[in-house]
Amino acid sequence: MPDSISESPLASCHLALGARMIPFAGWNLPVEYSGLLAEHKATRQAAGLFDISHMGQIRAQGKNTLSCLESILANDPAKLKDGEGHYSFITNEQGGVIDDLLVYRLSPDDFFLVVNASRHHEILQLLKKHETPQVRFSGNPGTATGMALQGPQASAILARILPDAPLPLRNHIAQFTLFGANVLIATTGYTGENGYEIFSDIPTGLKIWAALLETGKPLGLLPCGLGSRDSLRLEAGLPLNGQDLSPEISPLEAGLGMFVDLNRPRAFPGRPALEKQKKSGSPRICIGLQGQPGHPPPRHGYPVFQGDKQIGVITSGVPSPTLGHGIALALVTTPAPLCGQDVEFEVRGRRVHAKVSSRKFLKAK
Amino acid sequence: MNTPDNLHYAKSHEWLRIEKDSGTVGITDHAQSALSDVVFVELPKSGRVVKQGEVIATVESVKAASDIYAPVGGTILESNETLSSDPGLINREPYGQGWLFRIKPDSPKPTGLLSSSDYAASLTH
Repeated sequence: MPDSISESPLASCHLALGARMIPFAGWNLPVEYSGLLAEHKATRQAAGLFDISHMGQIRAQGKNTLSCLESILANDPAKLKDGEGHYSFITNEQGGVIDDLLVYRLSPDDFFLVVNASRHHEILQLLKKHETPQVRFSGNPGTATGMALQGPQASAILARILPDAPLPLRNHIAQFTLFGANVLIATTGYTGENGYEIFSDIPTGLKIWAALLETGKPLGLLPCGLGSRDSLRLEAGLPLNGQDLSPEISPLEAGLGMFVDLNRPRAFPGRPALEKQKKSGSPRICIGLQGQPGHPPPRHGYPVFQGDKQIGVITSGVPSPTLGHGIALALVTTPAPLCGQDVEFEVRGRRVHAKVSSRKFLKAK
Repeated sequence: MNTPDNLHYAKSHEWLRIEKDSGTVGITDHAQSALSDVVFVELPKSGRVVKQGEVIATVESVKAASDIYAPVGGTILESNETLSSDPGLINREPYGQGWLFRIKPDSPKPTGLLSSSDYAASLTH
């Protein structure tokens, strides 16, 4: 893990827009431009444009790529068709999450992985240990741009700079030519909205960023920082590695067992531990919590109580801009309280009431 | 950043306006801007006795909860109840309707606080 702080290839764009920058996972990134709430609202109601160049882009190529990835990833990459992507994990021997990632199959011997910035170096090293002449891994930090265009107007905005090209279906990826260069566009995101993630070389990325901002502006698009990215993903119930996932938390405990495929013959790290958890139940499980308007919002690290007993801890919490009250993901001991039941979390020494809910907070309304 | 002349400032970004034998406290324009949109405020009850530098209130934005420190020791006279229904006043009028609480200071002369120009200079470092 490098100790130095890297600048995003789009840093000049952020400075020109007056963004407030903060260090995050070794990168200097915009936390907000016009304001977190305005950016959050723009993404829910129109569109938001996020720099995700810090996310690790790794290409796996060669005729043994699929077989190699099958032995590493917790979700089975053999299920993917050409142009399709899915959510997956790289787990340790205990079944804990080293990283969560998106895995896209471009062709039978060409896969594209998008990993967390904080794990990019570690994952690339881990993958390179499996390198043979038949499978090669590439993609160093800072060598490409990534941006996410998210929200109900995302398709209309992207169609204006990519006329006559049918955009990929949800959870799919395709290669396009933009400004004379090859770019990858995936119909995925981290906000709970429809949208796209666009990956390209750096000079092309600068042009796409500018074109999307200009084209999107009349439709209500705002550039969005890490602040709204976090509140948007939590409203959608999406986990953040390092908080809701960690080497000590398994995908099953995080409530994401549907992205772990144990119905295939191939071994992968942590498989026996995950099979045991699936069979006998995990000692902890992630639940959703909803607070009340006017109450202090839940935050990462706050303890959770049922009656007098501490049952767990909040892994992510935020005052939801859309719902107007606090929402949280909490890791609690099993048997966990059920949806609709009352629990409390502790804020500055005092107990605050919350209701257990689905983790899909926007739909759970 | 706006730093009005007639106020005393704490390094922790609270301001104090002395009026006869009471003082009004809020957070500075710089602080509200750094916090961004305030969505929740927890304020002290009147009658509470506080020491200078003690955590006396909490201001929460979507991102984080921030402690507010008493710029002087004294007794809390009242808190700004309007903020519970409209916490965004702190962002819109940090030196006006967005005030947090009024305090009766222990001593008529505040000590350990910065002038407007010294506070403004501290922000540029």
